[in-house]
Amino acid sequence: MTMLSIEKLNVWFGTGRDRVDAVKAASFDVGAGESFGLVGESGSGKSTILRAITGLAPTWSGRITVDGRAIERTRPRAFYKQVQMVFQDPYASLHPRHSVDAVLGETLQLHGFKDIDARVVRLLDDVGLGQKFRFRYPHQLSGGQRQRVAIARALAPEPQLLLLDEPTSALDVSVQAEILNLLADLRQEHGLTYLMVSHDLSVVGHMCDRLAVMKDGEIVEIMNVAALRAMQATHPYSQHLLQASV
Amino acid sequence: MDTLLDIENLWVKFPTRQGIFDAVRGVSFTLGRERLGIVGESGSGKSMTGRAILRLIRPPGMVEADHINLDGVDLLQKSEKAMREVRGERISMVMQDPKFSLNPVMTIGDQIIEAYRLHSTASKSEARTKALEMLEAVSIRNPERVMRAYPHEMSGGMGQRIMIAMMLIPNPEILIADEPTSALDVSVQRQVLDIMDKLVKERGMGLIFISHDLNLVADFCDRVLIMYAGRIVEVCDADKLHDAQHPYTRGLLNSLPRLDTPRDRLDVLTRDPAWSDTPSVSGRL
Ligand SMILES: Nc1ncnc2c1ncn2[C@@H]1O[C@H](COP(=O)(O)OP(=O)(O)OP(=O)(O)O)[C@@H](O)[C@H]1O
Ligand SMILES: Nc1ncnc2c1ncn2[C@@H]1O[C@H](COP(=O)(O)OP(=O)(O)OP(=O)(O)O)[C@@H](O)[C@H]1O
Ligand SMILES: [Mg+2]
Ligand SMILES: [Mg+2]
Repeated sequence: MTMLSIEKLNVWFGTGRDRVDAVKAASFDVGAGESFGLVGESGSGKSTILRAITGLAPTWSGRITVDGRAIERTRPRAFYKQVQMVFQDPYASLHPRHSVDAVLGETLQLHGFKDIDARVVRLLDDVGLGQKFRFRYPHQLSGGQRQRVAIARALAPEPQLLLLDEPTSALDVSVQAEILNLLADLRQEHGLTYLMVSHDLSVVGHMCDRLAVMKDGEIVEIMNVAALRAMQATHPYSQHLLQASV
Repeated sequence: MDTLLDIENLWVKFPTRQGIFDAVRGVSFTLGRERLGIVGESGSGKSMTGRAILRLIRPPGMVEADHINLDGVDLLQKSEKAMREVRGERISMVMQDPKFSLNPVMTIGDQIIEAYRLHSTASKSEARTKALEMLEAVSIRNPERVMRAYPHEMSGGMGQRIMIAMMLIPNPEILIADEPTSALDVSVQRQVLDIMDKLVKERGMGLIFISHDLNLVADFCDRVLIMYAGRIVEVCDADKLHDAQHPYTRGLLNSLPRLDTPRDRLDVLTRDPAWSDTPSVSGRL
């Protein structure tokens, strides 16, 4: 079964000489329960693909299908219970005047949960923060601690499809290991599907079944992880990327 | 090697509901004309150490130290006005949150040009040419477009590279770079590192390179301070990082995923309370 299908997706910004074709005719499918990686050059359109799926890129064409339903211009509330995103920038994605407790509590309330207190406690434990961070504000947290709050918020509605934009690039390696193990457990327990952007090929190798390599708005290659491990890329850019990372 | 920066017994403290929290607990180190890495887990005090040097800890947070000497002069004794000169001219810092440090309502081009003209007598058009050159140097595609764009229109890695370009404008004696390449793919990362490397080698700049990427630090830096719970637990030559002895450092190294050896689960750290009780190791040369 296919959880997410992207067909001939184009995303552009601006007009005239400032027009940017950020994503050009990108197509790929992600199966239910699969973990799919997006790697590639900085500025090649990886985040833009995730943003287009969640409705944060206003101008796009092509077809995006989630769980068999084509996405319309406006997305119903139910969509955001099914699909959640963890943003690349943990600094910009949390409201500066909302405590951790408020961020998680409001998200839970929005999605109609009743046992909010117990859930906040569990979410904080799940992402390895614990209760002593519950009433802190974003400026009282380190970069990695903020990212864990952002992950907890995305997990709160119990989504089926999680879009992860560099979820661990702000984290140190031990917390990264904790988060990656957590994400692996959640995927197994709840049959979650992941679409994950990372510039770290060993993270993608660890987490994903298949991956797409992007350059300058285009998907230049889709490969499976066995090929990645064996350094068997066919497109010159993917070969270059693999070579540079050893 | 000449010592550019000499830090003795640095503390950073925050009052919290549960009492005073010591984010940095008595660290000492020197920086010469070298690439000094600071690694350590999230929350270990890396950023606060960097910010404290520039006295950028926001109240009610407090910085205390026996001294923070820049060329023999204690920064803690300087007035706020004198500190602003230090920040603008002598020590630059690339913050961990690049987009926050840029002005959201001003184009990238105007910001770079303004920063450049603050530090030189260049005309507007000279500054523009220089700005374009700098964007090209950090591998920005289509720099003309980027000059006209606003910060929110940049990708994560583009924001990081723009910040690096801006921080290098004043030609600082010391650059403190906090996770400067964490959002960059390997090939762009290499180009950015080469720029910093050149400044250390050719102009004798001192570089404090804060990162959680152990492989990168082992490869790029000269020396490494390993921080845990606000203290330095180990100091080593960067090329010896993979033979580090402290169980914490070993734990960090073992938690890395590896392409050549797939595993079901990654090792996580089991923290020993003794690690945070042991006094800080000195990072002085
Ligand atoms: N709101 C916007 N307005 C104009 N251009 C934009 C906007 N958002 C993104 N872009 C442009 O689209 C291109 C792709 O950006 P995107 O953020 O998708 O890159 P990325 O692959 O995620 O890169 P990185 O790895 O650096 O985060 C870039 O050239 C960027 O400047
Ligand atoms: N305003 C504050 N009030 C209370 N505690 C704070 C405040 N600012 C930072 N801290 C705490 O200080 C500690 C050190 O933070 P710092 O930002 O230096 O960590 P770091 O090593 O840079 O981590 P990361 O790798 O996640 O960026 C953290 O535990 C953080 O929660
Ligand atoms: Mg991105
Ligand atoms: Mg930090």
